[in-house]
Amino acid sequence: MTPSAGPIASSRSFLSRLRHGDEIAHLITFLFAASVVLVTVLLVFVLWQQSLLPRHKFGFDFFFTRVWDPVSEEFGALPFIYGTIVTTAVALLISVPLGLGAAIFLAELAPQKISDTLQFFIDLLAAVPSVIYGLLGIFVVVPVMRTVIEPALKNALGFLPFFQGPAYGIGFLTAGIVLAIMIVPYIISVSREILLAVPREQREAALALGATRWESTWKVVVPFARTGIMGSIFLAMARALGETMAVAMVIGNTPAISASLFSPGYSIAAVIANEFTEATGDLYLQALVELGLVLFLLTFLLNGIARLLIVATTQKGSKTAQV
Amino acid sequence: MKRFALIALFALALGSFVWAQGTLSINAAGATFPFPIYSKWFDVYHKAHSNIAINYQSIGSGGGIKQVTEGTVDFGASDGPMNDDQIKAFTQKHGFGILHFPTVLGAAVPAYNIPGVTATLNFTPAALAGIYLGKITKWNDPAIANENKGVNLPANDIIVVHRADGSGTTYCWTDYLSKVSEEWKSKVGTGTSVNWPVGLGGKGNEGVMGVIKGQPNAVGYVELIYAIQTNTPYGNVQNSSGVFVKASLAGVSAAAAGAAKNMPDDFRVSITNAPGKDVYPISTFTWLLIPEKISDPAKRAAITGFLKWMITDGQQYCEALAYAKLPKEVAAKELKAISKVQ
Repeated sequence: MTPSAGPIASSRSFLSRLRHGDEIAHLITFLFAASVVLVTVLLVFVLWQQSLLPRHKFGFDFFFTRVWDPVSEEFGALPFIYGTIVTTAVALLISVPLGLGAAIFLAELAPQKISDTLQFFIDLLAAVPSVIYGLLGIFVVVPVMRTVIEPALKNALGFLPFFQGPAYGIGFLTAGIVLAIMIVPYIISVSREILLAVPREQREAALALGATRWESTWKVVVPFARTGIMGSIFLAMARALGETMAVAMVIGNTPAISASLFSPGYSIAAVIANEFTEATGDLYLQALVELGLVLFLLTFLLNGIARLLIVATTQKGSKTAQV
Repeated sequence: MKRFALIALFALALGSFVWAQGTLSINAAGATFPFPIYSKWFDVYHKAHSNIAINYQSIGSGGGIKQVTEGTVDFGASDGPMNDDQIKAFTQKHGFGILHFPTVLGAAVPAYNIPGVTATLNFTPAALAGIYLGKITKWNDPAIANENKGVNLPANDIIVVHRADGSGTTYCWTDYLSKVSEEWKSKVGTGTSVNWPVGLGGKGNEGVMGVIKGQPNAVGYVELIYAIQTNTPYGNVQNSSGVFVKASLAGVSAAAAGAAKNMPDDFRVSITNAPGKDVYPISTFTWLLIPEKISDPAKRAAITGFLKWMITDGQQYCEALAYAKLPKEVAAKELKAISKVQ
């Protein structure tokens, strides 16, 4: 029999395919994949439905209002959106160079035994629950920030609006640092795997052309693995956007918008975790649900931008590869 | 062997199912603040009446109110009384009303961490309101210093701490501030969660204490029980008679007794800033929310029986867990009110 487009378009009869399990396998795996999409759609639907009251009352103003007042029932998401984005940005600024550097070291430059041992510890770090990171934040990071790092930053860079104001030790910067510690293992693990998967021929070709070890790594291997590395960064970003407990413990829980990184702030996940159980009144509760919807949209938007970035740079990359 | 194990398992399942049928299971949910004493009570009551098991989930006052309105639990618990809208919602859904029964008392105390100050500070209502409104910004402000002559208060900025999560302690604190400050009442108001003019938020009593201990020049409010059990220094608050009272179980009970004279029949009363010389002004009841009609006669008997026990014998367990007992006048009134549960 001549093979056709695939098992589905095979010239065997439906019953025959069913008996041999092809159709069943196709159906079952399709159902599994569809269930993931279904859950996502259901999630958005429920969030949309359960946030009816504030959507009708505030409309798009919800995104731009700074006030969060449960007593007078005025709710606005802006401080929380700001806090979520700022802490994630700080976390990425710190963790991407750190994580990428560590991944390059582990994949390219380190001896096999050291690489495997360090990878074991990194996997352990990734498995630590976020509450533990929160405790680490409160007992270790906050005092260090308040007594050493924030005053030092203030002295050196106090002319920048980012490093002004009183140094509490808790705030955007500390939350960003704790988040960075949490997401670094993800960047390292995934990037290391990606770098290890780069074909040997690429490295050998670079070395054969006279590149040094570092030049071959930085100019050939890393750009080749660019897509996967960016994937790991966006995975880490998704975790940072939604991180709840660790952030709630060190961000200061104050819905404030301030250019200063020393200022206390609030994030979407933290406010939902803090206020959901005691929220009395339908509008209050549904406003918190609407915040959940906003977080979902934010993650969706940022992931969309990420995908576009990957598509754009891949095309650029493939163009240079063809040269 | 395998068959024997299967039969034994089946018998066990059947047996436990039959045994469980004999136990009357009552579900309750609500406030976290009184959870330790409620746990103790439900456990002691179950030991005395082995066929009655009351299962309490401390999901928060808001959750308690919501679940008892939905009907998923048999009764609820809340640190703040249900407001008129919530009671109307319950009555509309069920066709009968809901009763409030005070169980124990708690209080909120001002804890602080000022470098170099070990004395117990005196706080006037105006000082507390000013600090929390952000009007009084330094520790050596006259509003504080005048009541604390002899204490060397530094000219440092006050770091205000409040609860980030919704809480009955916040309700008690803001209710008090609303009573003693018109500006607070109009600007912020009372609630389990409010729009704080200033301050850092800590999660739970532990979170607030953590922030206070970690920030020099900080002040915040925590539960009295929590402060006692963690040996945290806290200040005196001036009551409506002008006396500076340090919070204690006796002062809290005095607040309830002071309000007992004018206790409304539905027990929904705020006892903050109550009249009396020994009264600690930032005190509050916590309530059980019992539906007026309980259709199942066994459940009705069990719940009313528990209420009776709780008001009389149950109160002996309060002080050991650092909760203040109901004053006699309030207890007597409650016993009469149990008959309202049909």
